[in-house]
Amino acid sequence: MKSRTVLICQGTGCVSGGSEKIFAALEKEIEQAGLADQVQVKATGCHGFCEQGPLVITEPDGIFYSRVKKDDIPDIVQSLLPEGQPVERLFYHNPVTGEALPHYKDIPFYSKQQRTVLSNCGHIDPEQIDDYIAKGGYDALKKVLNNLKPQEVIDEVIRSGLRGLGGAGFPTGRKWQFCHDAPGDTKYAVCNADEGDPGAFQDRSILEGDPNSVLEGMTIAGYAVGARKGYMYVRAEYPLAIKRLRIAIAQSKEKGFLGENIFGSGFDFDIEIFEGAGAFVCGEETALIASLAGGRGAPRPRPPFPAVSGLHGKPTLLNNVKSYANIRWIINQGADWFSSRGTDTCKGTAIFSLTGKTANCGLIEVPMGISIRKIIYDIGGGMPGGKAFKAVQTGGPSGGCLPEEHLDIAVDFDSLRKAGAIMGSGGMVVMDEDTCMVDVARYFLDFTQKESCGQCPLCRLGTKQMLEILTDITCGRGKPGDIDLLTEIAEAVKNGSLCALGGTAPNPVLTTLRYFRHEYEAHIEHKKCPARACRDLIRFYILPEKCQGCGMCRKQCPVDAITGDKKMVHIIDQSTCTKCGTCIDACPKKFSSIVKVSGEEIEVPKEPIPIIPRPKKDQAAAKA
Amino acid sequence: MEDRIAEIFMRYKGTKVELVPLLQQVQEECGYLPEEAMFKIARFTGTPESEVYSVATFYAQFRLTPMGRKRVMICRGTACHVRGAPQVQEAVERKLGISDGETTEDLEYTLDTVACIGACGLAPCMMINKDVHGRLTSKSVLKVFETNGGEQGEE
Repeated sequence: MKSRTVLICQGTGCVSGGSEKIFAALEKEIEQAGLADQVQVKATGCHGFCEQGPLVITEPDGIFYSRVKKDDIPDIVQSLLPEGQPVERLFYHNPVTGEALPHYKDIPFYSKQQRTVLSNCGHIDPEQIDDYIAKGGYDALKKVLNNLKPQEVIDEVIRSGLRGLGGAGFPTGRKWQFCHDAPGDTKYAVCNADEGDPGAFQDRSILEGDPNSVLEGMTIAGYAVGARKGYMYVRAEYPLAIKRLRIAIAQSKEKGFLGENIFGSGFDFDIEIFEGAGAFVCGEETALIASLAGGRGAPRPRPPFPAVSGLHGKPTLLNNVKSYANIRWIINQGADWFSSRGTDTCKGTAIFSLTGKTANCGLIEVPMGISIRKIIYDIGGGMPGGKAFKAVQTGGPSGGCLPEEHLDIAVDFDSLRKAGAIMGSGGMVVMDEDTCMVDVARYFLDFTQKESCGQCPLCRLGTKQMLEILTDITCGRGKPGDIDLLTEIAEAVKNGSLCALGGTAPNPVLTTLRYFRHEYEAHIEHKKCPARACRDLIRFYILPEKCQGCGMCRKQCPVDAITGDKKMVHIIDQSTCTKCGTCIDACPKKFSSIVKVSGEEIEVPKEPIPIIPRPKKDQAAAKA
Repeated sequence: MEDRIAEIFMRYKGTKVELVPLLQQVQEECGYLPEEAMFKIARFTGTPESEVYSVATFYAQFRLTPMGRKRVMICRGTACHVRGAPQVQEAVERKLGISDGETTEDLEYTLDTVACIGACGLAPCMMINKDVHGRLTSKSVLKVFETNGGEQGEE
């Protein structure tokens, strides 16, 4: 029996940091140290704390190593020897206090979460079905097939209060009931894994870290509604998720959890993977079904709903990855346990991709009803670099931006919607004082305008017009009346679009107008970007009283816009400057002679002049 | 090309439902969707040519022009956007001398911006073929291209 385990994350984030090579090196090193019969090395899915990757965790002591490199392996292996000490330099440090936190369970990013659906992610090898089984995997399926009638399963899901975690929040159990009640012998269960929101990656992490939990949920759903065939619609951009799903499907067929006569119950179910070819609108259920059937992914009017007439005109159950992944918990722990967490109207947990300008980025699972402030400050660790919080964006291109005063609202479907944002597929992007809200609105409109399928004229043309107005504003060509026109088009697009893509596309504009109108006004009236982010409205200057002529900025400027010699004050040629900001980073901190301004001009020499040497005392202080 | 496409067709029944997977397979084989191949797919699946074209141009994955040996995908997801993806994109465009959607003359690189590659914790990031490179700056992204010409850049 191996007494210790070393877990190495093999999620997309950590793999990009070289965790595959670390895995190989670790196995070799353990072999050489003669520990192979005591230590097991295990490749796992995503721990969610991608920002600190590659991650290595040793069990059973639960030591958490962050940003591990290949060269660190010998030290980690030494620590596994009987007299070995943990490798302190690889400990995670609290970004605010600087305190070292060696244990997984003490890191606020994890300790403040309630990981349920994500509990296996990072702790089991997703390519070994036995790992999943050891954690109680497929118990729920066995229980369902041996003891429960389809209607009893549906009743349990209804009682749990689970709501669709793909964004809209429709009660999952009722959806199952509709599909169950729809007449027809051939039915389908489809999993929507076409995670297209820019800024969300939870579906990917679940599929990469615990694919069997989704397959188990789908199979239970198939049994409940009377489907014998399932489709997993995954983005082709997620190659690792697809690979692990294929392995999971093959292994569960071998074990008899998929295929014919599962657990001797007479129930047959098979799951096929369909690789989505990349269209945001295919996240909409009717569009996804059209795409599965081999055509363009264009939405159609509802009713009939897919539960009644979906794929090939047959009743089709469509749920998101996270909804399916919750099912085994409802069956194993019971609906009462499930609904004991969360709020009155939203039960269970919510999964967010916490990204942007927070100290800790990554995937988190929290009880419904937690405040946004707790997420950003307790789990996310607040804003790094002493920057001020400005807004949090939830729900991707269909969602909205909420300001500081809304940080205490509860995170659930209803409260977020009331504030103008939505839960959506769980993206949560934090923005600080350097983020321009007009630019954010423009960014989202640029996305939805490209992704509009083009059927509804108001969506196709309206988003284009809004994008042009927003682009003009960010470029300093904004006109009085633009704000009113934007609002008018936004309402029209909202009302005149068939599907949720068009219906929610104006949300980023409407919420930024509601909460950050002054930024729009500054752009339009004063040609000023308060966040100093819009390139056409900013300028970089080298302050002559501070520049010491070191030449760092000149050497690194990618477009040779800076002139000057040794001991001469450098000058930026404004007509050549592309405002990339490289010079600000290049200027040594002790000089800090370059400034970025918007809406003002600074008097600087036209030609390089000799520098003003800094007083000796200053230099000594700078050195110290 | 004829043989390779015939080989792909052997694995399918020739129904309209298979249109997207067929286009994906052909693109995987040829690197893009040649006109001749799309005609063949139309005949094979019994779908009007116009519809094959319509589907091929609807999805972001498909391309109708040859692609470079290495496909550089710069993530323009929200997290990457607020953490400086525009600057990274500009640096890459300058380095390769091409802009979004273009291919270098030597067919070495194709540059694309993509909505989100789902590695937001590493923002800003990009993918070169199947390798993800994260935590980029306008400076560090150039190093990725200098080590091994962009493949397996991190060591």
